[in-house]
Amino acid sequence: MSAGIELWPPQASHHAEQVDLLIGSFGAMVWLLTLPVFVLMTWFTIRYRRSHQVNRQHAPTHNLWVELGWSVIPFLLTLGFYVWATMLFFDIHRPPPDAMTIHVVAKQWMWKYQHPEGAREINDLHVPAGEPVELVMTSEDVIHSFFVPGLRIKQDLVPGRYTSLWFNASRPGRYALRCAEFCGTDHSVMGGNLIVLQPQDYAAWLSRSADGGLDGTLAETGATLFRQMGCSGCHAAASPVRAPALGGIFGRPVALSDGRTVIADEQYLSDAILLPNKEIAAGYPSIMPTYGNVLTAEQVNALVAYLKSTHAAQDSK
Amino acid sequence: MTEPRFEHPPEEAAISYLADGHSLRSWFLTTDHKRIALLYLVSITFFFLIGASAAALIRLDLLTPQADLLTNEGYNRAFSIHGIVMVWFFLIPAIPNVLGNFLVPIMIGARDLAFPRLNLLSWYIYIFSGLLTLYVVVSGGVDTGWTFYTPLSSAYANGAVVATIVAVFISGFSTILTGINFIVTIHKLRAPGMTWGRLPLFIWSHYATSIIFVLATPVLAVTLLLVAAERLIGIGVFDPRLGGDPLLFQHLFWFYSHPAVYIMILPALGVISELITAAAHKRIFGYWFVAIASIAIAVIGFMVWGHHMFVSGQSVYASAVFSFLSIAVAVPSAIKVYNWTATLYKADIAIDAPLLFALSFIGLFVAGGLTGLMLAMLAIDVHVTDTYFVVAHFHYIMVGGSVTAFFGGLHFWWPKITGRLYNETLGRIAAVLILVGFNVTFFPQFLLGYEGMPRRYHVYPPEFQVLHVISSMGAALLAVGYALPAIYLIASLLPGGRRAPANPWGATGLEWTTSSPPPKDNFTEQPVVARQPYDYPLAHPASRDDG
Repeated sequence: MSAGIELWPPQASHHAEQVDLLIGSFGAMVWLLTLPVFVLMTWFTIRYRRSHQVNRQHAPTHNLWVELGWSVIPFLLTLGFYVWATMLFFDIHRPPPDAMTIHVVAKQWMWKYQHPEGAREINDLHVPAGEPVELVMTSEDVIHSFFVPGLRIKQDLVPGRYTSLWFNASRPGRYALRCAEFCGTDHSVMGGNLIVLQPQDYAAWLSRSADGGLDGTLAETGATLFRQMGCSGCHAAASPVRAPALGGIFGRPVALSDGRTVIADEQYLSDAILLPNKEIAAGYPSIMPTYGNVLTAEQVNALVAYLKSTHAAQDSK
Repeated sequence: MTEPRFEHPPEEAAISYLADGHSLRSWFLTTDHKRIALLYLVSITFFFLIGASAAALIRLDLLTPQADLLTNEGYNRAFSIHGIVMVWFFLIPAIPNVLGNFLVPIMIGARDLAFPRLNLLSWYIYIFSGLLTLYVVVSGGVDTGWTFYTPLSSAYANGAVVATIVAVFISGFSTILTGINFIVTIHKLRAPGMTWGRLPLFIWSHYATSIIFVLATPVLAVTLLLVAAERLIGIGVFDPRLGGDPLLFQHLFWFYSHPAVYIMILPALGVISELITAAAHKRIFGYWFVAIASIAIAVIGFMVWGHHMFVSGQSVYASAVFSFLSIAVAVPSAIKVYNWTATLYKADIAIDAPLLFALSFIGLFVAGGLTGLMLAMLAIDVHVTDTYFVVAHFHYIMVGGSVTAFFGGLHFWWPKITGRLYNETLGRIAAVLILVGFNVTFFPQFLLGYEGMPRRYHVYPPEFQVLHVISSMGAALLAVGYALPAIYLIASLLPGGRRAPANPWGATGLEWTTSSPPPKDNFTEQPVVARQPYDYPLAHPASRDDG
């Protein structure tokens, strides 16, 4: 049981170093402001104890400028840190355009990952070092939370909704990955490892994983599903049923029957498959059945990845 | 409300409220706010023991990284009942319903609360909902945590979720009735001359608390009913499979539960202002700043709920706004701490148990508040939210803050409430034990959290064991610290216990002008207020002659 005491978590990314620097400097400022209060409190209590004869004349009862000073100055100092912390926070929500996308699906009590190249894994997640990785995440049941202490990041996975975050793990190694949102009986054993590999090791790992009988990339899996599940029956350009053609739809604006226009992102496409009556494309009848009981969250991810890979010119197959 | 009239002519010594009837009926059907306060004191102590037993199970279980005492499900039920009982059946009623109930009318020179029967009804509702919670415990418990997050609570959790929700729902009425009673009493029953500017700060903080009671509690009630309805009949509000939105629950829940944090701390801030001034024998520094800070905390406290949801998937811009407002709400709290410290300057300080509790409170409240400021910083929160860092933070506020203030207040007003003096030496020992035990228990949890130990974990990686063992040992020390006052306070009630004079601390405030314990109608004649609060005579230098 003697694993020793580990007083600081490993820093697996530049962001982790930034967060440590932030809490370190903010902690230092907080101490600078607090220490005088504690010292004065103790000193006053001892000096002005009842049995001690000491000058107590002209004790002040109020002073507006003192009040404003100790209200406003610490507040302004704190606002500086607020700007810093908010910038860092916005960073982890703005993935660089070249980030690779890994889909994460959580369920009681496991993590499932789908790499763009088609590799799939459970609980342990392999990523390349020094490359931005965006996680697009959802849950099949309750709320979970993806937490890697070594990266100082955490994001809830919410059923019925996509959330995302990105990171760039710079140091190869194994980092603990834990569920941070209470999710029921086995919450405390819902974990795994983030395994950061050198890019060439990651490539080797990907090719080894592909030997496991997997059928192509995530988008290719999605293309197969698009035919198998009958999507192409209506959504192909030549289809007799009036349904929107979906080639190149990802990222484009879609006019809705209620007059709104939305961007066709992961959330919109997933909702269109699972809750087809939620947002209806303008000009089309609301005739699509829900696939909520037919498709798993991972199959939806594959379909979305497929739609993402198509272009308007080539049309949907 | 009519003008208070006093039945006993002044020349006749009135019998104390404790001696005014000894039958069960005279207690259980009493409308005397002081007796109802004692009913509450006994009941919250009972629920504290229930919640503390669950905490003991948790701390014992966490001595080792494996599951050896409880099953995973058993552990989840232990921390759920710990949170539910401690929040709704101990912390929220503790100061307002015991000390507040006893002191609000006396401090403003009234004979009772505005609605004495409503006050009794409030206690019965509390007891009924508390018994329902006990039923939940014996019927197998609940495993949602005190936060009831959906869709876990509405679709997946095992156990008596609906019974728990109904219990918390019903307890809310008790809270609302107390809030209405305090607001009306403070507005309408102040003694002649008791202007708003002469109100003790204890009254200001209870006024602010009552506003939150009345405005926030209904939101919780409605939210929990929706969870129960989704669980029982499947109406889709929060469960996405039924077309609902799980984040809607979090918004509604924290719209209540963040102000509820201030429900737990504001009355404590009022207690500390009384303790500091009485020990210092000096006017509070910056009366109006301290008074208005309570109202500011109550108002801004309604606009910060989203800081519980920085990693939930809420808009990053909303998060930025909530982060800013959460920093702003720290300002009035800081003002209070600075003013208390300034009050000690050139004071005439009696270092007794109540002051030791008050100084402990300030230290722990500052630590809890500043770690709260760290949690308000977005990039820090992303790392430490839902970890032991948060657990440590809110225990510093709720236990280090509220419970320490409650103990301080109990020691300060014990002579007034019971007419007896307790053993002062034991009181000081208890104050120090609680301070040390508390820090040993909860400080290591800040480190655990930053290292990445999530909260609500039953089994954990072995590298966290050392800190968990330290924390559990601190909890044992803390338990001794809490048990000690129970012994000497009860001992003071035995025959032969030392009688308290009307004003053992030499404090100002109307409660010290009446006998200890007070007569049934609080005063033998209508008090008239002509002076500022905390109007202590100025100390003279070098001419003091202390024995």
